[in-house]
Amino acid sequence: MKKHLLSAADLTRDDAELILATAAELRSLADRPIKKLPALRGRTIVNLFFEDSTRTRISFEAAAKRLSADVINFSAKGSSLSKGESLKDTALTLEAMGADAVVVRHWAAGAPHLLANAGWSRSSVVNAGDGTHEHPTQALLDAFTMTRHLGNLDGRRVAIVGDVLHSRVARSNALLLKTLGAEVTLVAPPTLLPFGIEGWDVETSYDLDAVLPKTDVVMMLRVQQERMTLRGGNFFPTVREYSRRYGLDGRRMATLQDHTIVMHPGPMIRGMEITADVADSDRSVIVEQVTNGVAVRMAVLYLLLGGSEPAVSTGSTNATEDTK
Amino acid sequence: MVLDGRDVSRALTRIAHEILERNKGARDLVLLGIPTRGVYLAQRVAAKIASVEGVDVPVGSLDVTMYRDDLRMRPARTLLPTEIPSGGIDGKTVVLVDDVLFSGRTIRAALDAMSDVGRPQAVRLAVLVDRGHRELPIRADFVGKNLPTSLVEKVAVRLEEYDGEDCVSIAGVVSTGSTTETEVAP
Repeated sequence: MKKHLLSAADLTRDDAELILATAAELRSLADRPIKKLPALRGRTIVNLFFEDSTRTRISFEAAAKRLSADVINFSAKGSSLSKGESLKDTALTLEAMGADAVVVRHWAAGAPHLLANAGWSRSSVVNAGDGTHEHPTQALLDAFTMTRHLGNLDGRRVAIVGDVLHSRVARSNALLLKTLGAEVTLVAPPTLLPFGIEGWDVETSYDLDAVLPKTDVVMMLRVQQERMTLRGGNFFPTVREYSRRYGLDGRRMATLQDHTIVMHPGPMIRGMEITADVADSDRSVIVEQVTNGVAVRMAVLYLLLGGSEPAVSTGSTNATEDTK
Repeated sequence: MVLDGRDVSRALTRIAHEILERNKGARDLVLLGIPTRGVYLAQRVAAKIASVEGVDVPVGSLDVTMYRDDLRMRPARTLLPTEIPSGGIDGKTVVLVDDVLFSGRTIRAALDAMSDVGRPQAVRLAVLVDRGHRELPIRADFVGKNLPTSLVEKVAVRLEEYDGEDCVSIAGVVSTGSTTETEVAP
């Protein structure tokens, strides 16, 4: 693994599998009386959030604390960021405070790359979502959840349904799932598929009903109204029409294969892209995704910060013997 | 070669008997192997205890990677499985099982790791080979073979379940074959 986690595309298959295997070991920690490991004792992790977030920030915070790191939360509201400080000055401040890692969410695509590569600081940078670009730890936790239910992802079919255009989750998932050997189909109305989708090496479809019976995973995406500023916000005629054509309801769920799981990165709008009976059904792994998120983020932080240098992509034992 | 397959088996049989003798039976015993090879050894000792006492002793594994004192000196290491038996370890007599006892640092890490899992009544240590050169005040309660070594030598433990054969051998540091690499699972 590199020093930073900026894009799901940076991960080789070995890297991704190492993260998932590490997460599998760390997940059992949730069942123990003391949910704490000493691996990152004395390291400082800054959660730098320029955009609102509940679950991702809490998840990273829980992950860092369970590894005994010191956590500093830094959100745009109520800080000097809202006074117009530049990203550079923020980065220099964090560097001066001795941050070992910065977990950054930003409304602008590429902000984590800038933070990592501009030479402003020596910290590891973890992308926790940048604009409509990428959200690699979400893709990792989704892949982790899929492997727990389906085993190896080679040849598995994953349908990602909804507002793909504004979704960093869809992009990171498409990249990572391809690395792990799964076949991805993006299902959305033409207006909500990104420009240049041909280059993504995924299937696309406008017809949800045709895709559902063949898929092993259905991942529903939230319609991100707050990002719909272009075209006067007119991406589809009405909410009602959208949910009738692209929403997952009980009738559509009945056409799925028995083993197919239903996922959602959250926050979900019940009644729009997913109905309550589907969200609360046995197929839904939406709550489990949240649990797995902590384990996956622990794995990422451990592998980036736990050793003298980030874990290389061997995955094998790198032991010599003087510590027995 | 220092021990062949039959020597290893005899040593484990003796360790099983010694554990039972010391514990006055199999009551409240839990065996925790330190991955990788310690887990297989713990399973074998448990099988031998079962054949002697007719009692199935719970066996688990305890990964010490995150508790190592040299964690920061190497690239982040792969985690290995930790499986605590369903009965837990609170109030039990835990026997830690490992293949080679050397500096004692792994065992120190294991004691730390265990304190995050529960509070055993007592902790004992069983090892297949004690090669000396302790750096911490730690000793084994049950030893398969005391093996005086020099610091430049490497002790290689190979087990059927993991390496395809049972044997313990010593090699000088010059010959770096694959066996010497396998000697210390992290």
